[in-house]
Amino acid sequence: MKVFNMSSAKGKKVNIYLIIGAVMTGIIVVMAIVGIFWTPYSTTAMSAKERFAAPSWQHLFGTDNFGRDIFSRVMKAVGTSALISVLVVAISAVAGIVLGAITGYFGGVVDAVVMRIVDAINGFPSILLALVIISLLGKGRQNVVLALAIAFTPSFVRIVRGEFIRLRDADYVVRARLMGVAKPRILFVHILPNIFSTFWVSVTIGLNNAILAESGLSYLGIGVQAPDATLGSLLSDAQASLASSPWYALAPGLTIVWTVLGVAMLSEGIGKLKK
Amino acid sequence: MKKYLSIFFVTLLAMAALTGCSGGTGESSGDNTSNVSTTDTTQAGTSDNVTGVTATGEATYGGTVVVGIQQDIDSLDPHTATAAGTKEILFNIFEGLVKNAPNGDLICAVAESYELSEDGLVYTFTLRQGVKFHNGDLVTAEDVKYSIERCAGLLDGTPLVSTMKTITAVDIIDEKTVQVTVDSVNPELIYSFTYAIIPNGSADVEGADPIGTGPFRYVSYTPQEGIIVEKNEDYWQEGLPYLDRVEFKIITDDKTATLELQAGTVQLFSYLTDEQATELSKTMQVLSAPSSTVQALFLNNAVEPLNDVKVRQAIMYALDKDEINLFVGGGDATVISSSMLPTLEKYYVDLNDVYGTGANVEAAKQLLTEAGYPDGFDLVISVPSNYPVHMQTAEVIVEQLKAVGINASIDAIEWTSWLSDVYTNREYAATVCALTGDSTPGYLLSRFVSTSSKNFINFNSAEYDEVYEKVVAATTMEERGDYYKELQKILVDEAGTGFTLCIANKVAVANNLAGYVFYPVYVQDMSTVYYVAE
Repeated sequence: MKVFNMSSAKGKKVNIYLIIGAVMTGIIVVMAIVGIFWTPYSTTAMSAKERFAAPSWQHLFGTDNFGRDIFSRVMKAVGTSALISVLVVAISAVAGIVLGAITGYFGGVVDAVVMRIVDAINGFPSILLALVIISLLGKGRQNVVLALAIAFTPSFVRIVRGEFIRLRDADYVVRARLMGVAKPRILFVHILPNIFSTFWVSVTIGLNNAILAESGLSYLGIGVQAPDATLGSLLSDAQASLASSPWYALAPGLTIVWTVLGVAMLSEGIGKLKK
Repeated sequence: MKKYLSIFFVTLLAMAALTGCSGGTGESSGDNTSNVSTTDTTQAGTSDNVTGVTATGEATYGGTVVVGIQQDIDSLDPHTATAAGTKEILFNIFEGLVKNAPNGDLICAVAESYELSEDGLVYTFTLRQGVKFHNGDLVTAEDVKYSIERCAGLLDGTPLVSTMKTITAVDIIDEKTVQVTVDSVNPELIYSFTYAIIPNGSADVEGADPIGTGPFRYVSYTPQEGIIVEKNEDYWQEGLPYLDRVEFKIITDDKTATLELQAGTVQLFSYLTDEQATELSKTMQVLSAPSSTVQALFLNNAVEPLNDVKVRQAIMYALDKDEINLFVGGGDATVISSSMLPTLEKYYVDLNDVYGTGANVEAAKQLLTEAGYPDGFDLVISVPSNYPVHMQTAEVIVEQLKAVGINASIDAIEWTSWLSDVYTNREYAATVCALTGDSTPGYLLSRFVSTSSKNFINFNSAEYDEVYEKVVAATTMEERGDYYKELQKILVDEAGTGFTLCIANKVAVANNLAGYVFYPVYVQDMSTVYYVAE
């Protein structure tokens, strides 16, 4: 990947991944935040005259079957999708840190029991598991978050556990232990900061997976309820008119690709920072 | 087309009042398709080509057709099934003494002919000779007696078919004649004899396969997957059915349905959305005919604040039915205001002027203020998610209600929970769905009598009940017709429920299939469908 590591005038290496990733992700974040307060058109107002209008300067991404502006709906959907994904990753990351730290550091019976449960959860494809949880809890935004968080926790537990196993016998940890530092302090003050760079990469990867999984669930019709939309549900709605008005599907589709690519570049860039 | 239909219905009513059957075999598919038109989508060029295939094709026997259906079935017992989506399939397996014909008439099925006594109280059915059940047994007078008694509640006191509860006795005159006695004259009762004839005692055998006399015999049913039927070799109508096997496959998602149709894994699918029809007409035949359903925003008249007639009227004013027609019906649905099929012209009365077909925001807001809701209220609309047409309608309605200050939201629920929570337990505020009419004009009105078990909107009007009693007492269809118009008027004035559209039924059919026939009732007759010779 040296090709991309162009040298600047000062001879310092420019982290191209970080820049592109930050720009791409930044655009999405701005879109999502602006979308909360303002969209060019109402996201729900229908117009019979403008059904299936092709992209134009008035309607950047065209209009849908109800004559709603797709660009506005994508803006709103990006926010909803991002919020759900961030919540999912936040919940599963916290759960992953707690469980991973305890199992990795202490080992023994707790480790065996927790890890077998984690293995069991991991045994199911995450979308399938989320489907099962949603069919038990019912539809709705909170349940989607909860279902995906449960499905995403195992991967975080594994990563954190691995790091804690690696570090639990490191010199500084052993010394801290001998000095009688309290266990929680060793876990979260001494060890945790040292696994941050590894963990951050898995968080960004997790974020991408969450965006895709949420889109998948919404595509299957069990995410948010109409007329609210996420990128996945827009894609799902667009499918009915795929051949007659392809821009409807392209808009949310390309947005998903853009977001995932941006976050992936960003995580790659952050990974390189460490070195 | 409307003219044709009205002629059909006039004939049908004349027949019901007098006697006999047309005795037709419904074999000629040419006549049957007279009320069918190809859909006028934007792709006129391609659909012209497509219909050409149907016209020139020669009928062949054999083959399997996979028919996509939108919902699971609720019962395999033809007497207890309530969902229209179930009845439309069971139509292929079961037959009554008489059965519906594509032109709206009744034709004789298990019966060969029937006669009605002068006083209208005794029906004498002569059974057709040689009609066999799918298990190979001949249909006997005993079987007929058992089936009718079961429907009428003469076996255990609970009538399974409410219109048949007036039957007081079923007597076997001889081995091919059965006499049915009723205690009051009902010119529409003959339509109830379309209910299935099943083998004597068969319904009491738990877990037994459903056995009928229809063109197809039952093979298997897998919940959430579908139902498979095979050709009945002994079918009494010569030359029918054409197909060896029909698989009804449950596809609750419209996008999956479109994909499967395009991939050719499903050959036939009805009740397409406007978008699906446009999309599919490029590669398949898309046929269209007036449907036998009335779609509505149903309001639960028993819950706050919908128990206030002013609130309900405000909602009526808020609805822009023309817009719904444009968005959901593709512009070719009929805007309706009450519970009567517009195709039943003799009984239908156009009440669209009462609240107008467009939105009247001022009137709606005024009524809401009078009712004590100047700022509107929250309203949850429960919609069966497997019906994209209703989902889209609900989405449009949410916007329209927003304009008058009502904060509506959609709760997409599964069909089975809709049936239990909304339809049976009436635990809902509002819903968008469609009611299915049958060939009796009064059917769609009877459910709004306050005591009716089908009155899932909890409509409660003493005036309505009173007029309906007069309907029951009326002995001629002319008399009933006047009362039916009165009932429609009351339903609209009381704003019982927000009727919206009678949506055209658009059906996608694979290019190598022909013979699909539309009925004025909610059935899918697969017996006339065939593959055309290459």
